[in-house]
Amino acid sequence: MANFFLDNKDLQYHLSHPLMRKIVELKERGFAEKDLYDYAPRNFEDAMDSYRRVMEIAGGVCGDVIAANAEEVDHEGPKVVDDHVVYAAGTQRNLEAVIKAGLSGLTLPRKYDGLNFPLLCFVMTNEMVARADAGFENIWGLQDCAETLNEFASEELKQKYLPWVSAGATCAMDLTEPDAGSDLGAVMLRATWSEERGTWLLNGVKRFITNGDGDISLVLARTEEGTTDARGLSMLVYDKRDGGVKVRRIENKLGIKGSPTCELVFTDAPAQLVGDRKMGLIKYVMSLMNAARLGIGAQSVGLCEAAYREALKYANERAQFGKNIIKFAAISEMLSNMKAKTQGVRALLYETTRFVEIYKQYTHISHERPLEGEERQEMKYYNKLADGFTPLLKLFSSEYANQMAYDAIQIHGGSGFMKDYACERLYRDARIMNIYEGTSQLQVVAAINHVTKGTYLEQIRRYEEMEHADAVKPLVERLVALRAKYEEAIAHVEEIEKQTPGFKEFHARRLVEMAGYLAITHLLALQAKDSDEYRVSAEIYGKLASAKIEEAWSYVMASTAGDVALFKTIESETLC
Amino acid sequence: MKKALKIVVLAKQVPDTRNVGKDAMTPEGTVNRAALPAIFNPEDLNALEMALALKDRTEGSTVHILSMGPLRAADIIRDAMFRGADGGYLLTDRKFAGSDTLATSYALSCALRKIQPDVIVAGRQAIDGDTAQVGPQVAEKLGWPQVTYAEELLEIRENSVVIKRRLEHGTEIVESPLPMVMTVNGSAAECRPQNARRVMKYKYARTRTELESCDDALISGMVAAKEYLQIVELSAADVDPDEQQLGLVGSPTKVKKIENVVFQAKEAKKLTAADADIESLMVELIASHTLG
Repeated sequence: MANFFLDNKDLQYHLSHPLMRKIVELKERGFAEKDLYDYAPRNFEDAMDSYRRVMEIAGGVCGDVIAANAEEVDHEGPKVVDDHVVYAAGTQRNLEAVIKAGLSGLTLPRKYDGLNFPLLCFVMTNEMVARADAGFENIWGLQDCAETLNEFASEELKQKYLPWVSAGATCAMDLTEPDAGSDLGAVMLRATWSEERGTWLLNGVKRFITNGDGDISLVLARTEEGTTDARGLSMLVYDKRDGGVKVRRIENKLGIKGSPTCELVFTDAPAQLVGDRKMGLIKYVMSLMNAARLGIGAQSVGLCEAAYREALKYANERAQFGKNIIKFAAISEMLSNMKAKTQGVRALLYETTRFVEIYKQYTHISHERPLEGEERQEMKYYNKLADGFTPLLKLFSSEYANQMAYDAIQIHGGSGFMKDYACERLYRDARIMNIYEGTSQLQVVAAINHVTKGTYLEQIRRYEEMEHADAVKPLVERLVALRAKYEEAIAHVEEIEKQTPGFKEFHARRLVEMAGYLAITHLLALQAKDSDEYRVSAEIYGKLASAKIEEAWSYVMASTAGDVALFKTIESETLC
Repeated sequence: MKKALKIVVLAKQVPDTRNVGKDAMTPEGTVNRAALPAIFNPEDLNALEMALALKDRTEGSTVHILSMGPLRAADIIRDAMFRGADGGYLLTDRKFAGSDTLATSYALSCALRKIQPDVIVAGRQAIDGDTAQVGPQVAEKLGWPQVTYAEELLEIRENSVVIKRRLEHGTEIVESPLPMVMTVNGSAAECRPQNARRVMKYKYARTRTELESCDDALISGMVAAKEYLQIVELSAADVDPDEQQLGLVGSPTKVKKIENVVFQAKEAKKLTAADADIESLMVELIASHTLG
């Protein structure tokens, strides 16, 4: 009887953030639906009470069902039978449990049978599911595709698909092709309009499609014949019941083995257009990807939590030289860092989620009525923060998931290398997180613009101005000094960049990471006023962050224009 | 088309004896109820699932919980509503205090005569008493057929149900006419989880007494306006009992003595398989009245 919500005070803390009042107001619009639906909230307290209760249900399903099935699912995996995916038996049981618990359609409007919960609650379920089984989190998290339909599709399509998602239909986003991975503009899958059948028909191949045989697929396809770039791509929705798509194979992966990664063959598969033609990649996939990156952020934090718990448990049980190994300084330092990093990226996860949430809610409202001046300002403000913090979150959380899975095995010693402990699965599952939905390197490309634009700097200064517990004031002073070093490093890079293009690109990761370390330490320091546990984590994380920022600063400050060419010499290297 | 059934599940709120900590017993050897969380008796959850499965397969059927206990037992009625029950009855009165299984089944049968269900589903036994008597006694008092150790509902016919029973060395398939009582074994299907939409719909369900002590006008207003939020509270007087058969007066079971048995590892003894050793053990066990 494990409950992944009730056993995690940190999650409960983030659910009760002061900004929730604003989020609930935006989501419930004056509680207008309270007399229309018997499950709609009547006021803020009522809504929060429902969120807590439903998170508790989700925590129970994760702890009792999904976590219990994880090992078996990892071993069994899905298979292809008659051109379609058959999930592992445990995956099937997970899906049934989630549906029976009524958790599907968590964020969708009630008129489509959804629960109309904030994005924050969905992110929280993602985190809990990932802690239980990172592979199943993909299948669960993909219901977020419905949000893209909700935002951009016609009312007719919404009526058709959204209630189905609320009833438990699974989704997929079919973007990648053999020759179009990070470079989605190269997508070649054809969509042609058939006058005869009155529908678009899809023909071509998609590869590496997570849950590719899901009930509902959002497909990026080329509607404009003769084009070769992003401007010829549109977004279409395919209903599995219509047929026309075969699963050619399922990839044999290192980790997240319960999640079917499919190669799909489309043969005259009927599909409907979502939104406007030619906006597929430019608008809709960008929106989809931002949501997916937040999802991977949640998945990564869930994995951090799982790795930390496995490591802590083992360190308290395993005795060597007459004492439990947690008593050794080397182990306790690793565990302390793991805890601080987990709480740190979780703080970043929910901070980012709140930014995305408020911005998204204003977008929805703007479709119903023109926004007032102040609302427009606020939407712009949160949009910028959401865009800046999303790649930062994806970068830090997925790298931490890997570091923590690595440390969890290290703490297990030789036993951790054996298949007997969960940490080996976590290690394999974590490895994809800093690769898919944009590699860490691509997150840096997205984030460096916000170093330049000052998004991070502005927010870090805001954190500095906020109210702090006395106990962390020395830490905050240190952060102010480190922020000055961050600015100094940016100025140095911008200066050399003027003469030597490529210099900023070369230092981009260092600059972005400096911003991340500052932001995360600030978030933990701010939380210190609510619990001494956070003061401890802030101090521990602050030590790590401080050393990392100093390291990046010395590298950048000692770097000269010649470094760009220095690191390009490798390009002429050939293997003999 | 199967006829719609009125199904009642007998459920008990029990102390969670599965996770016993060191303060679970009082120095006097009785259960320290304050130290143990109150939970839905586990096999009553199997019974609820059986009832809900029966409801799913017979359109128009309803499932209600009947629980005898203190006011806080309303918690398990709400829990059942979150999982799929339509409503519930809380049989609560000081006059029921001290009931043994006989008095309990008597009180329940009085309430059931009022409710008039077609099917009564109970868990095999409760984890605090482990008697497995209440379900069968209810059936006897009502004069209805009973199927114990039910594991699976195989078929629903016009006026009967076919049920698989789990016995010690196998299974048995029986058909019982309606109305009937079944007690469900722990090996039956696990109960479905609480459902998010139902939790939000039913979370304010209240008994009459709970409502009287509720100082939130919004909640009392909602409960008054919506019948599905009203948990029916029944007192002894509401079910027309013979008062002599209620509570402590109606309970022939008398606890003579409670012993706190503590096993100590150091009392362990090693024996060989030799006849002499076995013989001396037998003599010792008979002398200590452990055997015979």
